[in-house]
Amino acid sequence: MIHFQNVSKRYERGGDALKNVNLHVESGEMVFLTGHSGAGKSTLLRLLSLVERATRGQVIVGGKNLSEIKRSQIPHYRRNLGIVFQSPRLLTDRTVFDNVALPLVIAGHGHKEITRRVRAALDLVGLLGKERAQPIALSGGEQQRVGIARAVVHRPPIVLADEPTGNLDPVLSLEIMTLFERFQQFGVTALIVTHDLELLGHFAHRILSLRDGMFKHA
Amino acid sequence: MPDRSFRAEQSVSIKTRARFQGGTWLLRHLHALVFSFGQLVRQPANTILSASVIGIALTLPMSLFVLLDNVKMLTHSWEGGAQLSLYLHQGLADTHQQRLIDELHVMAEIERVLVITPAQALEEYQQLTGFDSLGAALGDENPLPGVLVLFLGDGQSTLETVDELVGELARRPEVELVQSDLQWIERLHTMVDVVQRGIGIVAVLFGFGVLLIIGNTIRMGIQNRHDEIEITKLVGATDAFIRRPFLYSGFWYGLLGAAIAWILVASSFHFLAEPVRELATLYNSEFRLAGASVDSVLTLLGAGASLGLAGSWFAVNRQLRLFNTV
Repeated sequence: MIHFQNVSKRYERGGDALKNVNLHVESGEMVFLTGHSGAGKSTLLRLLSLVERATRGQVIVGGKNLSEIKRSQIPHYRRNLGIVFQSPRLLTDRTVFDNVALPLVIAGHGHKEITRRVRAALDLVGLLGKERAQPIALSGGEQQRVGIARAVVHRPPIVLADEPTGNLDPVLSLEIMTLFERFQQFGVTALIVTHDLELLGHFAHRILSLRDGMFKHA
Repeated sequence: MPDRSFRAEQSVSIKTRARFQGGTWLLRHLHALVFSFGQLVRQPANTILSASVIGIALTLPMSLFVLLDNVKMLTHSWEGGAQLSLYLHQGLADTHQQRLIDELHVMAEIERVLVITPAQALEEYQQLTGFDSLGAALGDENPLPGVLVLFLGDGQSTLETVDELVGELARRPEVELVQSDLQWIERLHTMVDVVQRGIGIVAVLFGFGVLLIIGNTIRMGIQNRHDEIEITKLVGATDAFIRRPFLYSGFWYGLLGAAIAWILVASSFHFLAEPVRELATLYNSEFRLAGASVDSVLTLLGAGASLGLAGSWFAVNRQLRLFNTV
């Protein structure tokens, strides 16, 4: 599902973020990506979400070479992704329901379909009763789960998460990671960036480590 | 186990063409229209402040245009029933004169013909000047020509018809001279044209000002929603999707501003109506100050809304370019 072939990313200021990286993630696989800050984890995610383009090499997602995607096609490509951020980044002037509905509204789904899917996604993260709540009234863990519901509501084949447990305590972190594991059972390919090595001990998924823009092969 | 319907859609697709179903498209625009209005309503103080600035900027050109309309109406009422004086050649035979009068009667523009014979003219002149003995002094020689005074129909008193008529009549062999009383109205018309052009320039300047005000308001709105736009882009929003609510905000600002301008103009004219009536009465005139016509109000609202759309269009496109990296 995700292939990196000899991918390098050089920033004009700040040097090489990724150096000749090769990566292969199978469809339906869940992979953890670790490494100290500045190792290139975020850059890798930025290349996948087409916030940045690779300087060299090929990034291929679902058989599609990302270098062939034109700027005008980027929004449509991104609808295949579910992105979870470190802070949930909810829109504070809208209800939980409206936040989760955003990707469906953007994709132009009908009202009925939106209601059905939003409720399914909220049910999945255990927040079905909080549809009408304002995000600000929720706890940190609940907010993050709303963010996750928003990332998967349009049933993307790929979920990218950038330190999704970065702001949470160990119990909540485990809960969130278990949630991602459940998506994997539904056929989602998940790439999760985290530096919480202790947490990873609970899971039996592939762990990739980046150091100075290169994979450290264990 | 949670809802089994929750299954990832396996293939990665890149639709090159957005779904363009008429109904969906209209619904999205309607949604953005209502949504952007709701956003403005939720911040009433800000909205009224911004709309008032736009409204005041639109008030000056609008009130000048309405004043100009009043002036035009005033001059138009003076145009009604214009007169032409036809000075006939000396010694024109009566039969010729009668034939000319008959022909004039047939012409559509002319409502009435008053004949002043040389004798009548002399009599009138004597009365006016008090030279009672003038007739006796002149003997049989009356130096005054016969005059035909033509009264034009109400709809026929425009400058064009009068000019045309003057040219046509002057060419006739029986006629020595044609005089119209419309020359000063022509001067007034030219003056009104000059003023109208001046007001046009003022309107363009203020319109440009409104464009900048709305552009700046929208620009600040976009900057306040920086985070929201970034997130929306990351979940796959097209530029058009992001642009839409801002465009409609601009539309609402422009429309609200125009409505405020309308209220300001209407109240100013209401305030002026009584003194103007009194002034007109002192000049024995029935003139009444007229407020903005339906046409000009619609034009004002249309102009406000269009300026709003245009201003936000420029602002949004400029600002969205800054998001290109995301």
